Amino acid sequence: MSESNGNMTNGNGAVGTAIPVTTRKDWSSDQEVRWCPGCGDYSILTAVQLLMPDLGVRRENTVFLSGIGCAARFPYYMNTYGMHSIHGRAPAIATGLATTRPDLDVWVISGDGDALSIGGNHLIHALRRNVRLTIIMFNNQIYGLTKGQYSPTSEVAKVTKSTPFGSVDTPFNPVSLALGAEATFVARTHDMDRAHMQETFRRAHEHQGAAFVEVLQNCNVFNDGAFEKITAKDARSTMLIPLQHGEPIVFGPEGEERGVVQRSDGKLEVVSVADVGLDEVLVHDEKRPDPGFAFRLSRLANGPYEPTPIGVFRAVERPEYGAQMSDQITEAQDKRGLGDLGALLRSGSSWIVD
Amino acid sequence: MASGTQNTEQLDQVIVRFAGDSGDGMQLTGDRFTTSSALLGNDLSTFPDFPAEIRAPAGTVNGVSAFQVHISDHDILTPGDSPNVLVAMNPAALKANIDLMAKGTVLIVNSDSFEERDLTKAGYASNPLTDGSLAAYTVYEVPMTSITQEVCKEAGVKPRDAERSKNFFALGLISWLYTRPVEPTIEWIAQRFASKPQVVDANTRAFRAGYDFGETAELFESNYEVKPATFEKGEYVQVTGNQAMAWGLIAASRLAGLPLFLGSYPITPASDILHELSRRKEFGVRTFQAEDEIAGIGAALGAAFGGALGVTTTSGPGLDLKSETLGLAINLELPLIVVDVQRGGPSTGLPTKTEQADLLHALYGRHGEAPLPVLAPQRPSDCFAIAIEATRIAVKYRTPVIVLSDGYLANGAEPWRLPDLDALEPIDPAFASAPNHEDDEGHETFWPYVRDPKTLARPWAPPGIPGLEHRIGGLEKADGSGNVSYEGVNHERMVHLRHDKIAGIEADVPPVEVNDESGDAQLLLVSWGSTYAAVLAGVKRVRARGMKAAHIHLRHLNPLPTNLGEVLRGYSQILVPEINLGQLSRVLRAEYLVDAQTMSKMQGVPFRVGEIEAAITALLGGKS
Repeated sequence: MSESNGNMTNGNGAVGTAIPVTTRKDWSSDQEVRWCPGCGDYSILTAVQLLMPDLGVRRENTVFLSGIGCAARFPYYMNTYGMHSIHGRAPAIATGLATTRPDLDVWVISGDGDALSIGGNHLIHALRRNVRLTIIMFNNQIYGLTKGQYSPTSEVAKVTKSTPFGSVDTPFNPVSLALGAEATFVARTHDMDRAHMQETFRRAHEHQGAAFVEVLQNCNVFNDGAFEKITAKDARSTMLIPLQHGEPIVFGPEGEERGVVQRSDGKLEVVSVADVGLDEVLVHDEKRPDPGFAFRLSRLANGPYEPTPIGVFRAVERPEYGAQMSDQITEAQDKRGLGDLGALLRSGSSWIVD
Repeated sequence: MASGTQNTEQLDQVIVRFAGDSGDGMQLTGDRFTTSSALLGNDLSTFPDFPAEIRAPAGTVNGVSAFQVHISDHDILTPGDSPNVLVAMNPAALKANIDLMAKGTVLIVNSDSFEERDLTKAGYASNPLTDGSLAAYTVYEVPMTSITQEVCKEAGVKPRDAERSKNFFALGLISWLYTRPVEPTIEWIAQRFASKPQVVDANTRAFRAGYDFGETAELFESNYEVKPATFEKGEYVQVTGNQAMAWGLIAASRLAGLPLFLGSYPITPASDILHELSRRKEFGVRTFQAEDEIAGIGAALGAAFGGALGVTTTSGPGLDLKSETLGLAINLELPLIVVDVQRGGPSTGLPTKTEQADLLHALYGRHGEAPLPVLAPQRPSDCFAIAIEATRIAVKYRTPVIVLSDGYLANGAEPWRLPDLDALEPIDPAFASAPNHEDDEGHETFWPYVRDPKTLARPWAPPGIPGLEHRIGGLEKADGSGNVSYEGVNHERMVHLRHDKIAGIEADVPPVEVNDESGDAQLLLVSWGSTYAAVLAGVKRVRARGMKAAHIHLRHLNPLPTNLGEVLRGYSQILVPEINLGQLSRVLRAEYLVDAQTMSKMQGVPFRVGEIEAAITALLGGKS
């Protein structure tokens, strides 16, 4: 019988050799991309495929894993290992993979229905456990694959096929939800800005733990223009608030800068920098141990029609789940030696018949 | 060991049932008595029988917890039909168990707990110890609580705390009655409660007091000895089904050279497998207590994708929730082990009571054409072998496998002759290591659904090897390439391939062995899973009375042994005793067009041997 220390890798004949230089083409599979023409998913796919060669990772050690929905087709288009699993379950499946294979980079691609509705439970637990996963959630505030029902992020009174009289459900704010679930890395980006997406994904990938990124994504068929008020080219400077660690939270065209300040009751609000002075403007700190500040930032906009923060809300260090699991094994093996099956079977009392 | 004044009589077997409140420590008491007997060399079989509530109201019938143990000087199979001795710690325990007791058997009661209040709580209108209702039994009234408190007082233990040691008094008394050695139990008490010296002291005093009471009280005319049974040579341990299952999984992971990953959500009666495996980190075992049953199997499947031995353990309600992921695992064609420790259902049902009613669910409980192998252990110790066999099939054929244990096997204990670990055959994971296809332009590529022509298994290619990057998923696959395919003809082909692959596992299923002593029996008994013991014992009994009955046992429920149809058709009568409404007999009828008759029982307990005996006798037209 072979001994096993429980840590496994597979292959890795290439370990020790330099990481091959790759281009987008190397990371693109031979499968025809089948999203609707004009879908925001295309720009996210392009951003990821272009980013991968820069991350210093190997294709064979990269896994894209998804649930069900339009976004979930993503793994088919990446020339890496991949799994298109079942609705909502990707974070759970990824947890098993990431904890047994610490040598892998595991990406979870999800949507607002997949991650926050049917898979809500798995998402929050993967986040609180801090499993080393890069979770990218495409939020288009609608169900696309099932052709246009409202989603858990749809605004109240949304009229859809399943809500002809308007939805009455209060939506989730994905960033608030992730922060409430003890996530150690929470960010938001949008499908109209490749550079911002790539910078955000890069940060998420670097994070040693569960990283959650909400991507505001346009569904041009069932919910066209949902984020137009904040992500359209001419709207961005006045409607998107870029968060930069250590920098005052300011935005807006030169001469009309606005900034985020804290009122005496604790609520954050957007004011004219000229009115209060730059010193009054809050300085962004993504490393605050208490998630309260990031949470208040996530509540700044009531919807995608008010100035909305993008970038990294929170990036703190906490021991990673799989590593802790492995540490316990190492510790047990250091203390007790590699498991001896014969001794295990005799761990109660044994007796001999002769 | 034997007493000073009384005689010691020889018995070939005895069945003792300990019963008390859930908080009285009856499981511990029974378990310890079992271990003493095992160390003495008796054959044994146990049946822990406890309520779902952690602590139902004290003193009520609902809160009664019992532990039955059958010890003998010969080979036995079951925990016994009817106890020879009932130890009842209170009126509720007496009331809950008296119907199991045949006339003339022995009742040992804790007379201190038969006050008016206790009787009312148990629902007795009058005191059974004095109203004559127990006249048909030999009743020993022993003031267990007060003697325990008395002997503990000398050690400075408060009466309230001392009262908790009364189960050790009972253990001591029964140990004397059946001449079990004292020292091993005293050593065990010292170890078990090592962190609480006062508890060690109290329990030891109570245990000794119980033993001495038997010896000196002159209440009992004699005590008894059950000689060691004749066992095959070898080294033995006492093992429960859940323990053996956990160890078997570790052994399987060793044999396959695959790290073990258990994704599980706590559920009765399966949780002990999670507990046992979570203690064994030195074997590289990862246990993941998931947020729910779905995540438990999901994580196990993710681990399997990564090249680990993925396992999930559950009971009925959990199996419902895992159906969706089982369907995915069937499509992904990855190895995965699902252990379902069956309990009474549907829904929450009877969490702590045994049943075999998940068979059809395991076989057919998924949408689509979704076949998978199903195995069932036949005895507690067989869980070890079945875990290895399930792994062997799962790995060789790249398929999820369901193992149907049950509450009775899971908690029941028996002696187990340790297998020769070096003789166990290794399991070859046979990971893919190189491209297996050439594309139109002559490039070597990897196709994840190219099948082994013999087993129809697809390659298992965990991430990490350059050139084998591939994507799999729940959508239908194109035969060979594994690309998404909605093509109807391809789907039909894939449905057939998945079916044929599982059906082909029959090549690895040993033929069913017929136990037909006379060779000309007309009646065939068919057992599966835990019914093995009672059915075999029943067949032996009727044979001893000159009747003829044959017996077969099925460990493989899918695929079934290839010779099964022929065997079944060789008998004019077929009886299938099951702890369900007739699920296996339905399968046998459907598969082989034979008139398999159902014998059904769904009371949360296994068949009694006498019930099997009576059913056979009735079918053969004899008197029971």
